Amino acid sequence: MGKWSRRGFITAGLVGGGALVVGIAIRPGHRAPDMAKYVAKEGENLINAWVKIDEKNHVTAIVPHSEMGQGAQTALTQMLADELDAKWEDVTFIEAPAEDEYANHAMAKGYILGDSKIPSVLVGTVDGVFLQASKAMHLQITGGSASIRTTGVYGMRVAGAAAREMLIESAAESWGVNTAELSTDQGIISHKASGKQAPYAEFAALAAQKNPPTTPQLKTPDQFKIMGRDKPRFDIPSKVDGTAQFGIDVVVDDMKYATISAAPVFGAKLDKFDASAAEKMPGVVAVVNLEDAVAVVADGYWQAKQALAQINISWTKTANDKASSDTLFEQFQTDMDKAKASGDSKTDVKVGDVESAFENSDNVIQRNYRVPYLAHACMEPMNAVAKVSSDHCEIWTGTQNPLGFKHDVAAALGFEASQVRMNNYVMGGGFGRRATSDAVIQAAKISRAVSMPVKLIWSREEDVQHDHYRPAVASNFSAVLNADGMPTAWENQFVDKHEPVEAPHILYGIENQHIHYADSPTHIPFGPWRSVDHSQHGFFTESFIDELAHEAKQDPYQYRRELLRDSPRHLNVLDMVAEKANWSQPLGENRGRGISLQESFGSIVAEVVEVTVNDGKVSVDRVVVAVDPGFAVSPNGLKAQMESGVIYGLTAALHGEISIDQGQVVQTNFDSYPMVRMKDAPLIETHIINSFESWGGAGEPGTPGTAPALTNAIYAATGTRIRELPVSKYDLNAVFGEEKGAAS
Amino acid sequence: MITLKVNGKEQTLDVAPDTPLLWVIRETLALTGTKFGCGIAQCGACTVHLNGHPIRSCVTPVATADGADITTIEGLGSEDALHPVQEAWIAEQVPQCGYCQSGQIMSAVALLNNSPNPTDGEIDAAMSGNVCRCGMYGRIKSAIKTVANGPVQMFDPTATQEVQHG
Repeated sequence: MGKWSRRGFITAGLVGGGALVVGIAIRPGHRAPDMAKYVAKEGENLINAWVKIDEKNHVTAIVPHSEMGQGAQTALTQMLADELDAKWEDVTFIEAPAEDEYANHAMAKGYILGDSKIPSVLVGTVDGVFLQASKAMHLQITGGSASIRTTGVYGMRVAGAAAREMLIESAAESWGVNTAELSTDQGIISHKASGKQAPYAEFAALAAQKNPPTTPQLKTPDQFKIMGRDKPRFDIPSKVDGTAQFGIDVVVDDMKYATISAAPVFGAKLDKFDASAAEKMPGVVAVVNLEDAVAVVADGYWQAKQALAQINISWTKTANDKASSDTLFEQFQTDMDKAKASGDSKTDVKVGDVESAFENSDNVIQRNYRVPYLAHACMEPMNAVAKVSSDHCEIWTGTQNPLGFKHDVAAALGFEASQVRMNNYVMGGGFGRRATSDAVIQAAKISRAVSMPVKLIWSREEDVQHDHYRPAVASNFSAVLNADGMPTAWENQFVDKHEPVEAPHILYGIENQHIHYADSPTHIPFGPWRSVDHSQHGFFTESFIDELAHEAKQDPYQYRRELLRDSPRHLNVLDMVAEKANWSQPLGENRGRGISLQESFGSIVAEVVEVTVNDGKVSVDRVVVAVDPGFAVSPNGLKAQMESGVIYGLTAALHGEISIDQGQVVQTNFDSYPMVRMKDAPLIETHIINSFESWGGAGEPGTPGTAPALTNAIYAATGTRIRELPVSKYDLNAVFGEEKGAAS
Repeated sequence: MITLKVNGKEQTLDVAPDTPLLWVIRETLALTGTKFGCGIAQCGACTVHLNGHPIRSCVTPVATADGADITTIEGLGSEDALHPVQEAWIAEQVPQCGYCQSGQIMSAVALLNNSPNPTDGEIDAAMSGNVCRCGMYGRIKSAIKTVANGPVQMFDPTATQEVQHG
């Protein structure tokens, strides 16, 4: 099991269902006594892995997720507190320590099993398996919009309900009554017949000795008191008065500051460099050669940055020194064509008989789309504090993946994981970027080289030019329309498939489908970017379906409705957004509406974007969002995530482009990689549908539908169809109905 | 030597005169509420008040602030009460990651000091130098308006509509 990568495990889970659990039988037993050393202080009793209660009846949820503004720590605490029947005012949380004991088995379970029903006699065994697996993978990541739908559903709710049952059992023993005679509310256990009442704290020590039940009775939604209500986020007060501690704010004794310049062409190494001038500059402590980067260590960041600018560096030549965005997109097309010709294009979905559908039709629509690389551009540039000695390393940083980073750093230094201590902080943006440990490993190596604690801060330029980018993708479509204009065949080939596996799949009922892809690796490092593959495929599929509707001379909303006849849940979300956006009421001249529908990370989101295009300039006036997350644990938090997801998607669609020239990234800072600002921001309204189907995520599902709803709106307003992002590549001064292509 | 009055406290500093004020605030004075975002006055995360005016401290050499009054996020409000803008930020649940919010709040306070009842256009103009990567522009605008319009209220429940399907 040690060989499983987290990535492989999650993917296997999505593909393979429950196959991995067969044949391994390890009951988790009662782990709290072993875990208490990490999280429980004097006077506190750890009831189970995720909850402790102190002498004053204060409840602390132990949350295995990091905070980057998505509000998961508060929402997860709500889930535990509700099932525990705790008094909200007496509840708080701590983040789980980056220790293997606190690997997040609930997340693994949620990913692998989803809604599968496990016979109750097997639940303990299954949980034990997932615990072993999650430890082997050091699984403690925050991503995949997974906190509520996996950790919350399979961890926090179960832990809260289990703790409640353990407390009731303990009270029943102490009072000599039946558990059935006891009730709980607001952190108090009551025995109605005798009038006895006592706070949970009174039984916490006894309860902590018990083996947690694996299948405690969970509440039904009508019993929720804390879930589904808006609770102020725990982290917000510290974010308005400057006291919130981000990784970049950490100060440790005798710390020096470093900044870095990595090879501009990914894969190049240091050839030679002359640091003689830099070394003489005031405050400079050392210049460090990291083989693929040069770092300056100084008394302050500014001194380090000034000195770094004075170092002449030459880098080794690589095979990619001539690569550009154009050559990479040419490579994508060549690789797709080759794969198609040789029959090596990998099948993603194949249903019906696409070939005969195309052969027998004269109404075939073909369209090609592409999207560029994108940087995450977290507001807080990459940074880490590291203190490395001959046998120990301590790291202070903000990460989505604390346990994974601990193991990455250990491997980079040649240490055991037990020699590395991770201290995690709130993140100034994550969006997937802070799941990759590159900057932290650099900090550790620099600290080791100078034998001092070092805070490494990347400049914004370094951050934009050395990201792990959202991959550029080209995607080509063909469809057959029948006499009624409805699609009977859907063929789609694209380059490179990552996660989630379902991202390129369509929600619409089309009888013949062939979705396939070619591998076309490049030298550009890639990583998860808010909504991952949905960010590209959401644009592709929702643009193409919109084009088919227009080809069929049908209303794009009604066209989608027709194709969703067998999907009442999706239809419901689509209808809600159309109604709230007044879809049927025409807009004025130069204005247009566009619609999109996406399902990602377990939530269904429909968006309508309204634009005005004057003199070729797009103004995004309004975005209406309808979302069915199953159940909104924190309605205002969900709404905030939709607002955030929309703006993130708009920034990408309107302006976002990381282009490549001479093998390296062209853009450097917010002047060349612009962001949507308040003056450009639309009014966003969110409508929540609680369908009580399985619970979905919130952090990412708002993003993928924004680009296609925007470009569909631009088409409605101008007649220009955007097939390549960002929109800024197009001249929108075109006369209605006359198409102009991208500038490139 | 450079003299600054930071959050009401006189500071005499031995720093290179070309050092941006941001790094003096963060590293020399250990006031880490003011953030580094871009270093070229493009994002506003480093916004502080210099003699009451919002400035981007990442491009302001400390020498140009010699003798000036500087207010940072830590200097807003009083000993025992937040500034009304900070209260409004909590009531509207504005921050997500929170990294840009010190700068946003400093820009908003400066705006409201100059124009207690700003129009939408004035708010856009005053706030568009501050990037929020989490995209909380609507909430920031609402929070500014609640301060302009008097007592802070909790967010508008009618804006979140929930439909129950059993």
